[in-house]
Amino acid sequence: MPEADVVEPWNDPGATPLIRIEGVSKRFGEFTAIDDISIDIYGQEFFALLGPSGCGKTTLMRMLAGFETPSDGRITLDGQDMAGVAPNKRHVNMMFQSYALFPHLSVWENIAFGLKRDGRDKGKIAARVDEMLKLTQLEKFARRKPHQISGGQRQRVALARALAKAPKLLLLDEPLGALDKKLRQDTQFELMDIQERTGTTFVIVTHDQEEAMTVASRVAVMDHGQLVQVDTPERIYEQPNSVYVADFIGDVNLIEGRAVVSDNTVELAWAEGRPAIAGQSVGTLANGDAATFAIRPEKIAISRDEPTERNRVQGKILDIGYLGNLSTYHVQLPEGPVITCEVGNRSRVSRRDFTWEDEVWLSWSDTAGLVLGS
Amino acid sequence: MRRMSAFNVVSLTLGFAFLYIPMVILVVYSFNASKLVTVWAGFSTKWYGELIRNEAFLDAAWVTVKVGVLSSTFATVLGTMAAYVMVRRGSFRGRTLFSGMIYAPLVMPEVITGLSLLLLFIAIGLDRGVLTIVLAHTTFSMCYVSVVVSSRLVSFDRSLEEAALDLGCTPFQGFRLVTLPIIAPAVLAGWLLAFTLSLDDLVIASFTAGPSATTLPIKIFSSVRLGVSPEINALSTIIIGLVVSGVIVASLVSKHRIAARSAEERAAID
Repeated sequence: MPEADVVEPWNDPGATPLIRIEGVSKRFGEFTAIDDISIDIYGQEFFALLGPSGCGKTTLMRMLAGFETPSDGRITLDGQDMAGVAPNKRHVNMMFQSYALFPHLSVWENIAFGLKRDGRDKGKIAARVDEMLKLTQLEKFARRKPHQISGGQRQRVALARALAKAPKLLLLDEPLGALDKKLRQDTQFELMDIQERTGTTFVIVTHDQEEAMTVASRVAVMDHGQLVQVDTPERIYEQPNSVYVADFIGDVNLIEGRAVVSDNTVELAWAEGRPAIAGQSVGTLANGDAATFAIRPEKIAISRDEPTERNRVQGKILDIGYLGNLSTYHVQLPEGPVITCEVGNRSRVSRRDFTWEDEVWLSWSDTAGLVLGS
Repeated sequence: MRRMSAFNVVSLTLGFAFLYIPMVILVVYSFNASKLVTVWAGFSTKWYGELIRNEAFLDAAWVTVKVGVLSSTFATVLGTMAAYVMVRRGSFRGRTLFSGMIYAPLVMPEVITGLSLLLLFIAIGLDRGVLTIVLAHTTFSMCYVSVVVSSRLVSFDRSLEEAALDLGCTPFQGFRLVTLPIIAPAVLAGWLLAFTLSLDDLVIASFTAGPSATTLPIKIFSSVRLGVSPEINALSTIIIGLVVSGVIVASLVSKHRIAARSAEERAAID
């Protein structure tokens, strides 16, 4: 993995975070939007706040921008306590979900807007705006008004405007939500590229887990105002700390049962008269605890003959989905659960081996799945 | 094009006749050579000449314009401020009461508004003249401005103001540089509405006008009581002409703008 040679300041006890969110809560009347959250975000990170709508991610971002004040706790930016600092006094800029481009100003004037407020001289402003136009490849559209350009171009104007003042922190609120899928994928890589070139710290809010995984150095998964897990995309996917995270990120098969703990292994007893299935355990589990076995579809092998793996189950093919790059098989186990398994279509001409109603075996290695406490 | 049925033709004719026959008669008789309004004695423009030489009418017209411009400007400033606070500052104690009180003069009978203003001016010893008419017109037209502007502010994307703050504006700069230019068409519409109301007003003006200042509606009304003169017809024709050309120009301009904008939007998608 490339992660190995990338700096990971969050694993370095000597590193000072750029942003410290310490025990922050936000209540609106009776409703608690943010419940005692603490996160450290380091300089030059691309940090994603991920969660379903209503999980509090937008509120947390608005507190960073200064549009909301925490009910409890403290936010510091570069060592400075942000309590009582108005949005216009913060070295933080935001790219709004609706882009919030000023409709009465041209692209050029939109980008220059923040620079003019700082009272810099005209030559410097013009040079900076031109630099931003170049960075976002908008030189041709400088004189146009926002309604005279396409959605993707508007998105880039919003980004250029927010970056123009060279903020310490750039906040992006669902920045790609309004773009269609193809454009979104291209723009994700463009965003990463711009983030790297400018060296700005980005915090992105999104409900799209694929987007968070693609762009972010670390992802914070939120649910009901609480932080569930903060980790690199790889660890979030491969080492989820809870059923919630495993289920929210990507596809997963979940089998419920009871933990069987011996000296150094954890297994899951999941059906009467069936051998327990093994996986890596997360957290501490005691014998007999309710637990859930989680395994990603691509980590399951499918075969007609009984495999030699210890973890194997037999079932009948219920459904086959052909997705082009891979095929998914839904296999009905006689004990009840339906297991999804994915097989890459590596060869263009090979005939597919299985069809509906076939009896097949599913198997996986001892380290392929996780036993999570419920 | 489909031919209209006889029923449609008849109802259209009746409807427009009902609306416009009185005005057509007025315009036609303004070109009457005779002094008697109801007797046609050939075409002439002499009453227009008479009108231009009539100092009293010209003075009244000037007072009306002055009052209209001043009062609608004050009303626009106050009405926009009131609308902004009502729409933006969310809920505060007594918000419903305040917003109700802003709109109350809309339904208040003009006679009562006029009378209460008259009593106020007498109580504070203010001589009636241009100033009192301006104050009175500002009072009753600011709530119309407030209605027009707040309906625009309700649909205004809040994040535009937040973006202005985020980029370093103080709240007042944000209002001046972002909010105001965007809501400008509504503010202008509010100003025009206030100006029209002021030109049109007879009741409140007659309570608050003094011997030193008379507005055109008061002048027309009082001269008609002594009999309709062809001069009044000429004056009314001029007013109709101004209003009609104003409406035509405004609708042509806005039609052109809409067409240009949708053409630009189509060009952006390609």
